[in-house]
Amino acid sequence: MEQQKDTIIKVQDLHVTFSDPSRTVKAIVGLSTEIERGEVVVVIGPSGCGKSTFLRTLNLLETPTSGKIFFEGADLTDEKCDVNLHRQKIGMVFQHFNLFPNMTIKKNMTLAPVQLKKCTQAEADKKAMELLVRVGLDDRAEAYPQQLSGGQKQRVAITRALMMEPDVMLFDEPTSALDPEMVGEVLDVMKELAAAGMTMVVVTHEMGFAREVADRVLFMSEGNITEEGTPDELFENPKNQRTKDFLGKVLH
Amino acid sequence: MQQWFEGFAADFKQSFIDADRWQALLSGLGTTLLITVLALVLGVVLGVLVAVVRSSYDQKKKKGGVLGILNKLCYVYITVIRGTPMMVQLLIMYFVIMASSTNTVLVATLSFGINSGAYLAEIIRGGIMAVDKGQSEAGRSLGLSYVQTMRFIVIPQAVKTILPALGNELIALLKETSIVNVIGMKDITKWAINVQGRTYQAFMPFIGIAAVYLILVIILTKLVSMMERRLANDGTAKRHNN
Repeated sequence: MEQQKDTIIKVQDLHVTFSDPSRTVKAIVGLSTEIERGEVVVVIGPSGCGKSTFLRTLNLLETPTSGKIFFEGADLTDEKCDVNLHRQKIGMVFQHFNLFPNMTIKKNMTLAPVQLKKCTQAEADKKAMELLVRVGLDDRAEAYPQQLSGGQKQRVAITRALMMEPDVMLFDEPTSALDPEMVGEVLDVMKELAAAGMTMVVVTHEMGFAREVADRVLFMSEGNITEEGTPDELFENPKNQRTKDFLGKVLH
Repeated sequence: MQQWFEGFAADFKQSFIDADRWQALLSGLGTTLLITVLALVLGVVLGVLVAVVRSSYDQKKKKGGVLGILNKLCYVYITVIRGTPMMVQLLIMYFVIMASSTNTVLVATLSFGINSGAYLAEIIRGGIMAVDKGQSEAGRSLGLSYVQTMRFIVIPQAVKTILPALGNELIALLKETSIVNVIGMKDITKWAINVQGRTYQAFMPFIGIAAVYLILVIILTKLVSMMERRLANDGTAKRHNN
């Protein structure tokens, strides 16, 4: 069945509240949006606006207080839903890489697909090498994460997520922990992914990347999307005062 | 000097050689090691289970439910076991809980294993909590289940950090087995008491078993540090070689 709109992620009236005995923080307040297959969505906004929480809620690393998240038609917030199964199709890249320090690069990449019986160890090894060639790190397959630079680690983290052949990739500030000269090599890999048609949701402070690669930019503040549009619309002609203030500070 | 040496040799012969006492010592050593190893296995199993229950309860946002009850049980277990002396626990196990059983190896294994498990649980829980939260998030985001993430990612890293503390606990366990003679088991301490009773020699048998315990502990310490070195292999050593 050919559909005009092929929605991969649908978020309905999402609320996320963190509470501990001393205080309650409303991180996400009634957010709704849809993400199409093949779309590259960049989420920007001031720190503390809930953009990372939003991203982490999409694969249920944070538990929604209320609201619904549909991934490929399945309601992830339904208690009967097997979240582990859907997470296999949602790749995630973290700010601090989160590579497994006790395993080689190759083992980092092959652990999940082999344990989840997606393929044999030999097949996984072969695939890992192909991916490492793509990001130019095939000579580091037997190295440990500690032996790599930040940029190399993040490129490995991206390939580790790709090993599961995800339908969507979530990036949580992938370049924020990197030395400036290593940002480019990671963004290049991400651009290549976007060009290959991967659906991506990227939380970032790299406005250049947003401009160049994004199909749509979401501006978040105080736990909700206050403005969205194509990069041209949002960067050249922001309508919301908050967006203007924010862009005024980050674009020089 | 020579007289002293001859006296020493005679005492040694009387304590260890006469009446084939060394055979009894060896069998006592077997008992000591058997109880230590069995109790360690039971203790590690209990410790990991309790630690996983306690740390997953700590991380859970919604409290209560089955996990809440399990967590309470684990808490009571740790409190009671750490709050009462080992020897009292052993006596209760032998004379009250398992009064109908004459299998002292079973009684000792259960007592020492349960005791050790309570201490190991807290050590292991500390290790699990020390592993960066991002590690389990990375595992879960790849689609691995909670158990798979624990097994392949979190616990191996936790073991590395808690190994020195585990070594301590193992040493304490080995030495604590010296009280099993209160339930009639013939370990090496009981052997020394027996020899002293027969020969009226105290120096040889007691210093002798002290040396045996010491040697065992030194061997254990070496084994633990060997393991530490092996587990430390995350590429740091290799880099120095390049």
